[in-house]
Amino acid sequence: MAPPFHSVKIKMQATQRKAVALISGGLDSLLAAKAVMEQGVHVEGINFYTGFCVEGHTHAIRKKDKAKPKRNNALWVAEQLGIKLHIVDVIEEYKDIVINPSHGYGQHMNPCLDCKGFMVKKAHQWIAENNFDFIVTGEVIGQRPMSQRKETMPVIAKESGAGDLLVRPLCAQHLPPTLPEQEGWLDRDKLFDFSGRTRKPQMALAEQYGFEDYAQPAGGCCFLTDAQYSKKIADLWTSRGERRYELDDIMLLKVGRHIRPKKHFKLIIGREEGENNFLSGYRKMLSSIKTVSHAGPLTLIDGEVTEEDIELAAQIAARYSQGRTADKVEVEFTDKHGVSKLLNVTPMPVSQLDEAWQI
Amino acid sequence: MMCPMPVIRTQDKVAELQVGDTLEVTCTDPGALNDIPAWCRINGHKVVSSEEDKGEVIITVMVGEK
Repeated sequence: MAPPFHSVKIKMQATQRKAVALISGGLDSLLAAKAVMEQGVHVEGINFYTGFCVEGHTHAIRKKDKAKPKRNNALWVAEQLGIKLHIVDVIEEYKDIVINPSHGYGQHMNPCLDCKGFMVKKAHQWIAENNFDFIVTGEVIGQRPMSQRKETMPVIAKESGAGDLLVRPLCAQHLPPTLPEQEGWLDRDKLFDFSGRTRKPQMALAEQYGFEDYAQPAGGCCFLTDAQYSKKIADLWTSRGERRYELDDIMLLKVGRHIRPKKHFKLIIGREEGENNFLSGYRKMLSSIKTVSHAGPLTLIDGEVTEEDIELAAQIAARYSQGRTADKVEVEFTDKHGVSKLLNVTPMPVSQLDEAWQI
Repeated sequence: MMCPMPVIRTQDKVAELQVGDTLEVTCTDPGALNDIPAWCRINGHKVVSSEEDKGEVIITVMVGEK
């Protein structure tokens, strides 16, 4: 006898797909994440901290930048989108990208192509560990001369291992369909065809989505794209005779006037109160000089110094104090163990301050 | 320690805690007064208190649903 037939009704319900979006804090990643969210995808953000990020708080050190927002833009963007944000410390791993970029540097010390490949690779690992489906970035073809060109888009996808799980919603229509598009998780027609350096399409889309406030586009979010900062890194490596850095090194490069009167030491001189406060946090790591008889900045000494070097450093530090025209300025030298001594020095005349010392 | 390290340290510590646990964060970055509450809001945690005294920021976070 045939078994009784059971009718089973199955309601087919599409699984909500999950994507992680690389959130830099700028406009493009904000829009890219939003474009995917608009298609019903669950999006969470990921932000990688390399140590070179230009954050609102770096601006906050200096008084002249007080008017700039002191917010972390990546967090702010995530809050605008209403998504979670995972901030990942990649300081150690990132060193190899800066020191040995396989695709070389851009205009300065910016290894943009290696950097993007590294971040997408990290995101690819993250989606595997967290059971997400694909990766979203705010890249736009032609927007950046090194990393965002039509030829480099497949390089990033390939070298990161993400392949067709990497979606660039803002320029997707210029690129081959990705897996999410092929599978119907995303409607390709609702993605975009932006290209080039113009920002008008992004601004129009921001308006359409109702975003009125966003970080100024194309302003650079990485110190490695800055000429002066790059020069300081190059000097650091030259003086050490090797290409390496620690987090404190790259933080200190963001602050103060850097003067290297001799190969084996340099001075970092605060330019204002905010910088002096920041530099004072390093007084247990580095020797320092503070003028006593006259108001003046805090000066840190990076490198091992002799008595003769201390005298020279004190003369230079005095030159940047209110006593620059005085016959003598009293300064206090303190080593990193906290042992202090007073010196009376003649401030160095401007004419003797070799321009080549300025980094 | 500057932005965003206080947020990263908070995030990593919260990951080890249970819902309802509290975490007291102490740091010197005044930016943390904005960033840690923002991180809590988007990740479902609650700031119980925050204060700044003599250059030190103290924020107490209650862990929410993860």
